[in-house]
Amino acid sequence: MQTAEKHMPKYAGKRNRLTKPELLAPAGNLEKLKFAVHYGADAVYIGGQQYGLRSNADNFSFEEMREGVDFAKKYGAKVFVATNIYAHNEDLEGIEEYLRNLYEAGIAAIIVADPVIIETAQRVVPELEVHLSTQQSTVNWQAVQFWKDQGLPRVVLGRETSLEEIEEIKRHVDIEIEAFIHGAMCSSFSGRCVLSNHFTDRDSNRGGCCQSCRWKYDLFTDARSEGEWISQEEARDNKVLEKFRLGVTQLPLFEEEDNAFTMGSKDLCMIGHVPDLIDVGVDSFKIEGRMKSIHYVATVVNVYRQAIDAYMADPDNYVLKPEWIEEINKAANRPLNTGFFYDTPDHEDHIYEPEEKAAPYDFAGLVMEYDETTGMATIQQRNHFKPGQEVEFFGPGGTFFKQTVGTIYDEAGNELDAARHPLQRIKLKVEQPVSYFDMMRKKK
Amino acid sequence: MSKKPELLVPAGSLEELKRYFEAGADAALIGESKYGMRLPGDMTTRDIAEAVQVAREYRAKIYVSLNNLMTNSMLEGLSDYVKQLAECGVDAIEFGDPSVLQTVHKLAPQLKLHWNAEMTSTNYATANYWGAKGASRVMLARELNMDEITAMPSSLNIESEVQVHGMTNIYHSKRSLVQSYMTHQGRPVVPGSDLGLKRGLFLVEAERPDEKFPIFEDANGTHIMSSDDICILEDLHLLMASGVDSFKIETLLKPEAYNEIVITSYRMAIEAYFRDPKGYELDESWIEAIRDVQDPERELTFGFFYKEQVY
Repeated sequence: MQTAEKHMPKYAGKRNRLTKPELLAPAGNLEKLKFAVHYGADAVYIGGQQYGLRSNADNFSFEEMREGVDFAKKYGAKVFVATNIYAHNEDLEGIEEYLRNLYEAGIAAIIVADPVIIETAQRVVPELEVHLSTQQSTVNWQAVQFWKDQGLPRVVLGRETSLEEIEEIKRHVDIEIEAFIHGAMCSSFSGRCVLSNHFTDRDSNRGGCCQSCRWKYDLFTDARSEGEWISQEEARDNKVLEKFRLGVTQLPLFEEEDNAFTMGSKDLCMIGHVPDLIDVGVDSFKIEGRMKSIHYVATVVNVYRQAIDAYMADPDNYVLKPEWIEEINKAANRPLNTGFFYDTPDHEDHIYEPEEKAAPYDFAGLVMEYDETTGMATIQQRNHFKPGQEVEFFGPGGTFFKQTVGTIYDEAGNELDAARHPLQRIKLKVEQPVSYFDMMRKKK
Repeated sequence: MSKKPELLVPAGSLEELKRYFEAGADAALIGESKYGMRLPGDMTTRDIAEAVQVAREYRAKIYVSLNNLMTNSMLEGLSDYVKQLAECGVDAIEFGDPSVLQTVHKLAPQLKLHWNAEMTSTNYATANYWGAKGASRVMLARELNMDEITAMPSSLNIESEVQVHGMTNIYHSKRSLVQSYMTHQGRPVVPGSDLGLKRGLFLVEAERPDEKFPIFEDANGTHIMSSDDICILEDLHLLMASGVDSFKIETLLKPEAYNEIVITSYRMAIEAYFRDPKGYELDESWIEAIRDVQDPERELTFGFFYKEQVY
């Protein structure tokens, strides 16, 4: 049984003022945007049809952006657009028009890596805020100062920055600092990897990344330099060398049964360290994952929202709730770590074992209506479920309960043996009150 | 007619520097790994001062690499280092991080600044942006193609530099990936062992058994290099006609003798072209000389010069 952990303030002594950070969530499409905002994001970032780094994502049209902005506005939330490619000459034409359209759609800020887009935005749509992307690998205060001098109100730091370094940056420069606090990470300095270009002719810095860092590699040493780990005699009958048609001067630094070499990193998770992030002065907590599911976005946003609110309400009595960690794990699809915030990642921070890709839970249904008098909920089917199955209901702010699915009906009142049809409206009795937009999940 | 381009090579020691100048290089990129990036060797400021003297004898230039990704703690020594380099009389500083640009501006405004952000210097407008901030040259990304590169000079307000030969960096992490892997396998690396350039480490991707990707670790993290070596000698005239100002030969992870031959071949091509651009013809023996010393396990390719990339 896990017990609640009291926060031991590490950076509290250094904190000047406690400012509530923004919770910034990814939104791969309009529906995900709505979930992110409803579950507590203060701002979301999306991709448009051009100039973004997720060319495979289901990106927003200007019309969808306007709808997203209107939806977010009702919650007092903002919408940012990632325009974070490194442009080639052929990409330059059209930037002005694209940026004007973003501004007209009500976008609050763009996230930019390439200075040509910064300069164009400042000239064409000066009211549109420009945030410097993590792709610039900004990891020192003088560079942050430079970007402030160029008129940027916010810098997204390189993921290689430690909490101590962030504290130092905040001390030197009065600027908003955004940091990735949750999700998948490039193991390289962002932008400093062209593995995709070399392996598949896909340009990683224009959205074509095929995640070659997560592929499997074998590590060898050239025996013409000193071989410390394996002798030449051992190498002579080595099956691995034969497979790779390598000569005996090349020695494998692994045994046949060993895990392969990989650059693939565990995912970032700072739920255990929200107070430290706030204390050093991180202004925006950024969650990665424009390609992730609705269930992922809603679950992760929901948890960080609660942790941030709890700490801000009463920093001295803040406790990390075990259920937050449990919730995060229900959405996680990789093992988690704390990135560079406390230390440089080492052998425990990479994924050498075969990956279990899937998160353990599925989004099964969305609550559309609830009748207090009968206790019946109307659920929009999002995945197969049937009577007798264990499900969990959860909603913004941490409402949560488990129950077994009882009898289920279609809207006409006919009993069903299973909810099979996507988006079908199903009625079932719930054991506790639920609200519109609460989610029902099931174990896989 | 365009200007004769400079032939630039990174050098790791005074000895190497002399050999490369002797072979026909007319600029060298040197420095130390604390501030520089992926240099073939470390040279102290005393070495650099001497290198400047050597370069003068050859009427060559000395550039110092400061294009590391700077952290807060590295800023502390940066000012002193820049001042010392100015005293050494170096010709230019190569930078990627804005902190270096600002420090040079403040302390040594007479020094030229070359912007090299590796894979992210991909368009003329951004190069001109850094030009407006004080850079006098851009090192173009190696992932650009021939059409993109040859169209650059006419749109640039600053000089351009292009890598014409050798391997390229394809991945840089701050993590110590080799050490981590060996520790994971239960065979941790003995503290202090060299995982650097001389260790001869390489990766092979499961589906590509014929390609060897060199990998090394240093104070700046882990670096993975391309499995092929660019060689654009065959079409060097296209680059010369376009007005590119500097041709870089990457010397990293190559024997000095190999680099000398490469430098000599490119030098001959440059001289032949500028003697008579219209009558210029490639002499196959220049390429043959390189092929003779090329590592048989590393292919000579056109890199991304003629590759279509999608995204």
